[in-house]
Amino acid sequence: MQRIGVFVCWCGSNIAATVDVQAVSDALAQEPGVVLSTNYQYMCSQAGQEMIQSAIREHGLTGVVICSCSPRMHEATFRKACQKAGLNPYMVEIANIREQCSWIHKEKATATEKAIALGKAAVAKVHLNAPLTAGQSPVTKRALVIGGGIAGIQTALDIADAGFAVDIVEIQPTIGGNMAQIDKTFPTLDCDACILTPKMVDAAQNDKNHILSYSQVEQVQGFVGNFTVTIRKKARYVDETRCTGCGLCTEKCPQKKVPNEFNLGMDNRRAIYIPFAQAVPKVAVIDPNYCTMLNTGKCGVCSKICTAGAINYHQKDELITRQYGAIVAATGFNPISMEKFDEYAYSQSPDVVTSLEFERLMNAAGPTGGVLLRPSDGQHPHTLVFVQCVGSRCDGGEKGKPYCSKICCMYTAKHAMLTREKYPDTEVYVFYIDVRTPGKNFDEFYRRAVEEYGVHYVKGMVGKVVPENGKLHVQASDLLGGRQLHIDADMVVLAAAIEPDKSARPLATMLTASMDTNDFFTEAHPKLRPVESPTAGVFLSGVCQGPKDIPETVAQAGAAAAKVIGLLTKDHLTCNPCVAHSDEAMCNGCSACEKVCPYGAITYESKPFRAPDRSTVLRRVAQVNPAVCQGCGACTVACPSGAMDLLGFSNQQILAEVDAICK
Amino acid sequence: MQEMIRNKALELLKTGKADRVLAWRRGAFCYDVTPALFTDPEQLQKELVFDLFCAPNLSKSLIAESKKPGKTAVFLKSCDSYSLAQLCKEHRVDREKVYAVGVECHGTCDGESLRAAGITAPLRARAEGETLVVDTLYGEKTVSKQDALLERCRCCKSSRLVDCDEILGRQGEEHDSTRFDEVRRLQAMTARERYDFWQTELSRCIRCNACRNVCPACSCEKCVFDNPASGVENKGAANSFEEQLFHIIRAFHVAGRCTDCGECSRVCPQHIPLHLLNRKLILDANDLYGDYQAGADPDSRPPMMAFSPDDPEPDVIYGRTQP
Repeated sequence: MQRIGVFVCWCGSNIAATVDVQAVSDALAQEPGVVLSTNYQYMCSQAGQEMIQSAIREHGLTGVVICSCSPRMHEATFRKACQKAGLNPYMVEIANIREQCSWIHKEKATATEKAIALGKAAVAKVHLNAPLTAGQSPVTKRALVIGGGIAGIQTALDIADAGFAVDIVEIQPTIGGNMAQIDKTFPTLDCDACILTPKMVDAAQNDKNHILSYSQVEQVQGFVGNFTVTIRKKARYVDETRCTGCGLCTEKCPQKKVPNEFNLGMDNRRAIYIPFAQAVPKVAVIDPNYCTMLNTGKCGVCSKICTAGAINYHQKDELITRQYGAIVAATGFNPISMEKFDEYAYSQSPDVVTSLEFERLMNAAGPTGGVLLRPSDGQHPHTLVFVQCVGSRCDGGEKGKPYCSKICCMYTAKHAMLTREKYPDTEVYVFYIDVRTPGKNFDEFYRRAVEEYGVHYVKGMVGKVVPENGKLHVQASDLLGGRQLHIDADMVVLAAAIEPDKSARPLATMLTASMDTNDFFTEAHPKLRPVESPTAGVFLSGVCQGPKDIPETVAQAGAAAAKVIGLLTKDHLTCNPCVAHSDEAMCNGCSACEKVCPYGAITYESKPFRAPDRSTVLRRVAQVNPAVCQGCGACTVACPSGAMDLLGFSNQQILAEVDAICK
Repeated sequence: MQEMIRNKALELLKTGKADRVLAWRRGAFCYDVTPALFTDPEQLQKELVFDLFCAPNLSKSLIAESKKPGKTAVFLKSCDSYSLAQLCKEHRVDREKVYAVGVECHGTCDGESLRAAGITAPLRARAEGETLVVDTLYGEKTVSKQDALLERCRCCKSSRLVDCDEILGRQGEEHDSTRFDEVRRLQAMTARERYDFWQTELSRCIRCNACRNVCPACSCEKCVFDNPASGVENKGAANSFEEQLFHIIRAFHVAGRCTDCGECSRVCPQHIPLHLLNRKLILDANDLYGDYQAGADPDSRPPMMAFSPDDPEPDVIYGRTQP
């Protein structure tokens, strides 16, 4: 029989206000095996922990039940405290009477009854607990960063700086991401290319850093410290090691009518191209959808003029498999599609553009060479209307996103200011719901747009944009003035909401990392562990975790790198001792467990067993490698005969808990 | 066909291709056919039968037989061959030690199915086209073959012989079976009606364990119902809840592995349509993850053992539309 101590925590008033803690400790004192049951204001405090430790010594406790917050919060704390008092840490069970009880109930009687039931379940489980000892697993000293935007580049550079090898996997032919398309950055208005491209070059030149451009993660196996990742390196039909980036092929290619995605389709590129002048790696790539040679077998111009002999029409996708200790998701964002926003006439008039398109129109490397011209007729626009929150803060969620995209207020102020500065003859209107500028020097920046540059900020939304006689007729409401506005504009710029990149969802599945309903990655803790995913060894960098601007992204990228470095400096990680094991007497040898094991921890061997007639029979039975097993429990569910079980979470222990609750 | 099988069995024994032959033998009555193991050619010549009553699926016996030294020859009807393929897949039978002879089958019947078709005290039966001619104590009777066959044969899913070393007669094909019609009828019921249906059926269970003992998928070294450590062990149903639990647990245990051979319902002395529980799980898995037939392919993975990122994530509480 176990000698069990029960400790009920008040959590200040978090638990005690809704749960009668005295009644809980009195009721649990009556449970079999409970030799001590008490309650205290803050069990996790120094005094609370000492109370548990002295109780273990005085009463010779063999098991401890703590009724407190979620085990995700303080299980480790209490296990450590008990271990110091000489108790095996796996003899400690937590009954979550805060998140699963006091916080969700209003009536004290109901909450108290439930807290007692949860406590009884934990006591019932401790009766079946056995001491467990954790093993160790080695750490592969290499990190993988998925996504080569500013977030991924910064994380990789910081990891490489600490001396660890790191790979950046980027789906596009060049790193740089969304930031590469931006003209100027708020709130300092410095040239974006001037601050980003040196970092891209650093990433390429750092010998600890390896860029896998035009590549994609195909499969992730393993666990923290020991991931095995398969990466598909797509065929670019150009030998990366030979191409010098001279660009001759991109000038001579006869296929000229390919929409240029870097300028958002506002001009054309060739079928063989270098995405932009500062691309890293500066290597040409052939677009297989448009290349005449690849599609018809006739052409070969690029191959003829390439002096480096880099063109290879027979290149195939390549699969690379590598080991990593840590993985950072930095998959970034995209502006949402404007398809569902017909009221702004985006699909009816080329003069209605998104903010990113406007960014390209203002950029010296853009389709107009940096001169602001209307896409429809190439004329200089005089009246510009900016619409904020297009798709952001949408209720219902059918059309847009429920969240604030966070960056639009600032870049719209930037666009308005730059327009007025370069073209003082323009009238610029900005329609907003709220102007949100809570960053360092952000509000000052917005006020400059209004006060110094004379941008007309109007509180209200645009109801309709109608293209009429070469103008855009804008109908809007001015909420502060209490009137309807009719503006004949030359251009309308939509501040489209941003959404996580489409590759994030399948990646999250591969990483077994969780996501919220908007497909942003979820943090391990929203306040205290913001750059870690709940999946050990998976970290988050940049907008894939939530909307943020460049300074915030860079800060988070550095934080993620610090967490990765902290992991990679360890030689060994302590394993989870709650692993699967097979009861050989019951094992049928059917291989069901082996098939579902995501870690390859299960093997089979033939072992001699004594048959009832005292002869010896060879039987095929499952063996679990405890250093590889992560205790996910997939095998215990798949096993048809119940031979597989989890240490610390056996079927019997779970059923004992269920029985205790149902009694 | 009986002569062909006898001759083949004798040849296998005499040439040493097999050390023993697993087939069928007649009992006290014509419809009382049981599995039999032959090692003596003379006895085999005398006793081996193959007729309309050879319903028993012999594949489960191979778990024990394939552990013996030497080779065991076995005769399999199409549905039995699916069971053997599934057992080999689960490493329960060593395929190397089995010589599998597939036999062309046009459906089987038993005493119960004949009685249900209105024929009592049969002495022998033969098929003439779509008619069954039965000699009985009360003279010769005829009945439509379709009416007299076992339920599983009336809606036969496949005549294909899977993974056989040799085939006697013709190889068959998979059929457009009506086997899920009854499951769909039950699905269309209200929850209350369905509960009443199963309560009526399962309350007759006497826990004889025949369904478990005959089921080729029920081949655990130690059955959870016999294991005091399992927490669900019980030998007899104490109340109606336990009656249902036994059959539902069994259906879940064989889910993804059940080939729908129909032996459970055939051997049930209380005529409980147990196969419907298995078919319900097969139908659900088919609807969710695409058609899958256990035992049809030695290399395929059952849906519950496979994962692809685009698998549906059904919500058992709200996701199903209930009429």
